[in-house]
Amino acid sequence: MSILIDKNTKVICQGFTGSQGTFHAEQAIAYGTNLVGGISPGKGGTVHLGKPVFNTVQEAVAATGADASMIYVPAGFAGDAILEAADAGIKVIACITEGIPVMDMLRVKAVLQYNYPNVYLIGPNCPGIITPGGCKMGIMPGHIHLPGKIGIISRSGTLTYEAVWQTTQTGLGQSTCIGIGGDPIHGMSFVDILTLFKDDPQTEGIVMVGEIGGSAEEEAAEYIKANITKPVVAYIAGVTAPPGKRMGHAGAIIMGGKGTAADKFAALDAAGAKIVRSPADIGEAMKGFFS
Amino acid sequence: MNLHEYQAKELFHQFGVPTPKGIKATSQQQAVEVAKEVRANGPWVVAAQVHAGGRGKAGGVKFVRTIQEVEEVAGRLLGSTLVTKQTGADGVPIHALLIRDGVDIAKEYYLSCLVDRSKKRIILIGSSEGGVDIEEVAAKTPEKILTLTVDPTAGLQPYQARNLGFKMGMAKSEVDQLVKILSGIYNMFVHKDCSMVEINPLIVTPDGQVLALDAKVSLDDNALYRHKDTAEMRDPTQEDEREHIAHEIGLNYVALDGNIGCMVNGAGLAMATMDVIKLHGGDPANFLDVGGGATADRVARAFKLILSSDKVKAILVNIFGGIVRCDVIAEGIIAAVKEVGLTLPVVVRLQGTNVEAGREMLAKSGMNIIAADDLTDAAQQVVAAAAK
Repeated sequence: MSILIDKNTKVICQGFTGSQGTFHAEQAIAYGTNLVGGISPGKGGTVHLGKPVFNTVQEAVAATGADASMIYVPAGFAGDAILEAADAGIKVIACITEGIPVMDMLRVKAVLQYNYPNVYLIGPNCPGIITPGGCKMGIMPGHIHLPGKIGIISRSGTLTYEAVWQTTQTGLGQSTCIGIGGDPIHGMSFVDILTLFKDDPQTEGIVMVGEIGGSAEEEAAEYIKANITKPVVAYIAGVTAPPGKRMGHAGAIIMGGKGTAADKFAALDAAGAKIVRSPADIGEAMKGFFS
Repeated sequence: MNLHEYQAKELFHQFGVPTPKGIKATSQQQAVEVAKEVRANGPWVVAAQVHAGGRGKAGGVKFVRTIQEVEEVAGRLLGSTLVTKQTGADGVPIHALLIRDGVDIAKEYYLSCLVDRSKKRIILIGSSEGGVDIEEVAAKTPEKILTLTVDPTAGLQPYQARNLGFKMGMAKSEVDQLVKILSGIYNMFVHKDCSMVEINPLIVTPDGQVLALDAKVSLDDNALYRHKDTAEMRDPTQEDEREHIAHEIGLNYVALDGNIGCMVNGAGLAMATMDVIKLHGGDPANFLDVGGGATADRVARAFKLILSSDKVKAILVNIFGGIVRCDVIAEGIIAAVKEVGLTLPVVVRLQGTNVEAGREMLAKSGMNIIAADDLTDAAQQVVAAAAK
């Protein structure tokens, strides 16, 4: 078991024939992902990387029975691509694209909420999702992973790799790893994924990597306190980040004092998570629960 | 990206949000001319156009009664540097003024519009406590901060605006004007891809007109590609010089006060690298994310950017190669070091895709590069190197 995807997941790639899509689809196939085709409007009927190309996601789903999609289309078209996938019946959507306007994501989130409440959207602006040894939908380097028992959730791409590498080196391995993305408006939250890890028998421990800004980590802390009995190791990046550099003036008001690394560490600590002050300590801290 | 008050008000006018009359001036002589155009006789307000809050308290907004005073204040402000609580000690240069009608004020309110990340909705905030520091109001009297949430598929409804207005203690005639103002702000927020709009204060004149006295607008950088008009409003003189160069070459850079230069891929890892340096007793000189698609050329330019600060005493390169290949990073580092003739110690920690090739290239380069195994080791080495 793992969460959301495994070796049987039928994956398609939107933006398949572009340079990013090509590179990462090739990597995904090499990793053993069951990639059944890709989308590139106007190139339907051709073959790319040995897989069929379709004009629309609808056509791809009808022909292949695909149930998951990874999106590599440029930022200006990515919101549209997410909704196209949802409308065609895709259940797991990993949107890797960086730089999507916030206004586009607000509309996407509302439409998903009203019309496609059962779709799992990961990202955007994220490394994607991987179930080691089975299915890779994203830009993470496959070789640092090891099938195992730790579920990893992170807002940052490269910090996810850091956590993955350390849990590989300590021999624990990973069940599924998900980068939820660094954008203010994104798909699945920490809580959404914690809920899935809680019920996954393969996942015996959870690493959670947060960042300053917003209140998603505080919400996760409340959820952990009430629901999670598996060990959780948590790290928050940004203790030294200068305040107010990216967040607007009025943004601080509604957060009611939330958003700093110190607050997030405190909330997770109070929730019973094992907090580490350096990302270099994630692997050892988790190892401590299993020796 | 932030706008100046005069630019923000241009947008306000496009969306039917009224302000007191005001005209921009960039010279002392022009200030005098436009003041006469704004109103025949005083009073006027001379407002420095800078990207920073706290202008008033810092002396950047002056209430004046005579043309002589306009001339004198304009002469003093233009070309000078304004230091406010938000600018840091270096301050920001004043290249333009807004000469405003010095209207009488009967009442002051507060309004803003932004995205609530946890609700995933645009919200509008109003308060009866205008013209003061809104963070203080939020801290001391949170019940005076009122919000309304907009459904993106329906848009702002008039009843929501009326609710907010009456709760803010407005009279019916003021509420009627507020409904139009809120609708204008909301439409502007959506159509111009704003990330924040703030009016503090929103005033009521003695004859009952509701006007946006001040205007602060930030735009979503990711959406500038579809707004040629607002994209052209960027004022690089208001940005840190190195941050501006970074923006031009597509790097994410924030200048800090320490002496350890950092070059990292990924925003999260870049923040974490700063944290670990601090944890081991050092002080980062910058935040720098070279991004996922780093090429050798971009790495070289990033290196030069770090070195353009004379505060930097040592450099830490921390790369976890996902999309970025470690050999590409190594190539960039070697090229940059050759070009700028680096004398500072450089600690490099590489991990991920093609790590062996990258490490080998660095080892064979014959340069003064300290290889580190992991993040802790890297941080300890660079802190030690910077302290020498």
